[in-house]
Amino acid sequence: MTPVTVPVSTERPTAPGTPSTSGAAPAPRGSSGPRAAVWLVGAAIVLVLSVSVAVTLGPAHLPVSDVWRSVAQHLGLDGPLGLDRLAPLPDGLVWELRLPRVLTAAGVGAGLAVCGVVMQSLTRNPLADPYLLGLSSGASLGAVCVLGLGVAMVLPVAAFAGALLALLATLGLAGAAGGLTPSRTVLAGLAVSQLAAAGVSFVIFWTSTGDSYQDILSWLLGSVAGATWTSVAVTCGATLVLGGVLAATGSLLDAFTFGDTAAAALGVPVERARRILLVLVAILTGALVSQSGSIGFVGLVLPHAVRLVVGTRNRLLLPLSGLLGASFLVWADTAARTVFAPREIPVGVMTAAVGAPVFAFLLWRGRGRA
Amino acid sequence: MTDDVLGPGDARSPGGLAAERLRWGAGGRLLVDGVDVTAPPGTVTGLLGPNGSGKTTLLRLLAGVRRPEDGTVVLDGTDLHAASARARARAVALVEQDATTDLPITVLDAVLLGRIPHRSLLAGPRASDRTAALEALDAAGAAALRDREVTTLSGGERQRVHLARALAQQPRLLLLDEPTNHLDVRAQLETMTVLRKLVADGVTVVTALHELTMAAHACDHVVLLAAGRVVAAGTVEDVLVPEVLEPVYGVRVDVLRHPRTGRPVLAYAES
Repeated sequence: MTPVTVPVSTERPTAPGTPSTSGAAPAPRGSSGPRAAVWLVGAAIVLVLSVSVAVTLGPAHLPVSDVWRSVAQHLGLDGPLGLDRLAPLPDGLVWELRLPRVLTAAGVGAGLAVCGVVMQSLTRNPLADPYLLGLSSGASLGAVCVLGLGVAMVLPVAAFAGALLALLATLGLAGAAGGLTPSRTVLAGLAVSQLAAAGVSFVIFWTSTGDSYQDILSWLLGSVAGATWTSVAVTCGATLVLGGVLAATGSLLDAFTFGDTAAAALGVPVERARRILLVLVAILTGALVSQSGSIGFVGLVLPHAVRLVVGTRNRLLLPLSGLLGASFLVWADTAARTVFAPREIPVGVMTAAVGAPVFAFLLWRGRGRA
Repeated sequence: MTDDVLGPGDARSPGGLAAERLRWGAGGRLLVDGVDVTAPPGTVTGLLGPNGSGKTTLLRLLAGVRRPEDGTVVLDGTDLHAASARARARAVALVEQDATTDLPITVLDAVLLGRIPHRSLLAGPRASDRTAALEALDAAGAAALRDREVTTLSGGERQRVHLARALAQQPRLLLLDEPTNHLDVRAQLETMTVLRKLVADGVTVVTALHELTMAAHACDHVVLLAAGRVVAAGTVEDVLVPEVLEPVYGVRVDVLRHPRTGRPVLAYAES
């Protein structure tokens, strides 16, 4: 592997009150290709290392080499590479238990972060997140209907259906109110969200006892504890396909920076672009939520933090947030299952515990900005 | 062919901007009601009128970002509303009033947005885009702001950045909505000088203005709007006279002469 230079200085945005750098300064932060490539390659390496190491952590500790041997074995590469076969126990631990969970966390983290960037750019609101359209509440309602009311449906399907119904309600309400402007979309999403949340509370209140309550709560807080290779296929597949499409829309999202009229004046078909992007975000978020429940803060804090470092250049911001979001959730989930071992806490608790202080810090650091 | 740059069009057409019978309403009220605007290439045309007279709406119709209910907008012989959005954006730029963002973006990146219509939506800015953006920053007098965050700029500085973004689009028609708002007198004059330089290169400029003396100083033609209709259109000397202005604004108007330029200077008193 070729050595990669990790960028040393991150050239933060000019602090309030300090004079701007002179016009003779070298290329401003990351505006050119090579620098962006360094960020992306660095983040990709961090992700591969994170996944490899996270799989080794747990009650039974494994060396990283076991992880790779197990992967090679299942991909049929152990023979050609001349590797010894791994004992069934560590192999099962890696391949059946930990790897699906870690990869699901990576897929969910990447997808949520990309969706967060898109939502923030489309609404021009740095506080927007993938759940803004009422998706998480809709998915939750679908899920509690299965868990609490025993609706005969597979849980992920019910959650996905709930998310899409919430999306349709939000788009319908915003459209009926006069069109998909950022503020109307946010308000419609809020209304749908509150209604679905009321439904969730009602079902819980009406039906829950002991075990089902724990199930519901764990789902509502977000968890990848039960991840299987099916979860990996759904989350990573959706993230690679839909997230990949979204990640290619950087210039389009850039055009929205100064609002709808400015975007239209730059030749963007505003209404159509927004509708398509919102639907893509909703389908991806719905697919993720169906597997993991609604994990908070990844889609909100991560894009926000990355944006503060590399600026609002969506062509870099989208893939970089995706890669870093994946690593972030891998570590959050690893912490969720190891910090209080043998007890495990929902990963949503962990992301909030890390995300809220980081968010507060960003807020504090950004004081004085417009 | 629809994605080509709008061509020079019909050789018989006079060139520049020719909008006819434009009509647009909202909430059952006509905001622009049968407006004609012509602006020859290489001239600055001022859109004047009291608050709510339809200047901003008219600019959006002329920019092609809003489709008129009736009427046509023709630039250099080509119907803007029949062209593709991208082709239109390569020919027409719009500087809005008070366009802001909460997202952190540097001035240079903001100006580079003006290059979006000139490249594939999948591609990033090329070296030529960067050159065009830097030239536009220079032309708008905003070169020193290049690495600043847009959110930290003053209103006047931000206005220059928006002007630079529009210049980076390299339009043949530049539309501006009150570009001198928020600017001190020197910056106002400098902005108008930028516009005069543009028209010297053959660009057509149409700008909404509140300050009538500024219009008298910098415009070749003016169009006076009231309640969505054209009240008067013509040269500064024809339109900026008490008989035309007094009924529209409801104030007493006296026209003085600038001691250095000989241009009209307007003085107002309550009637």
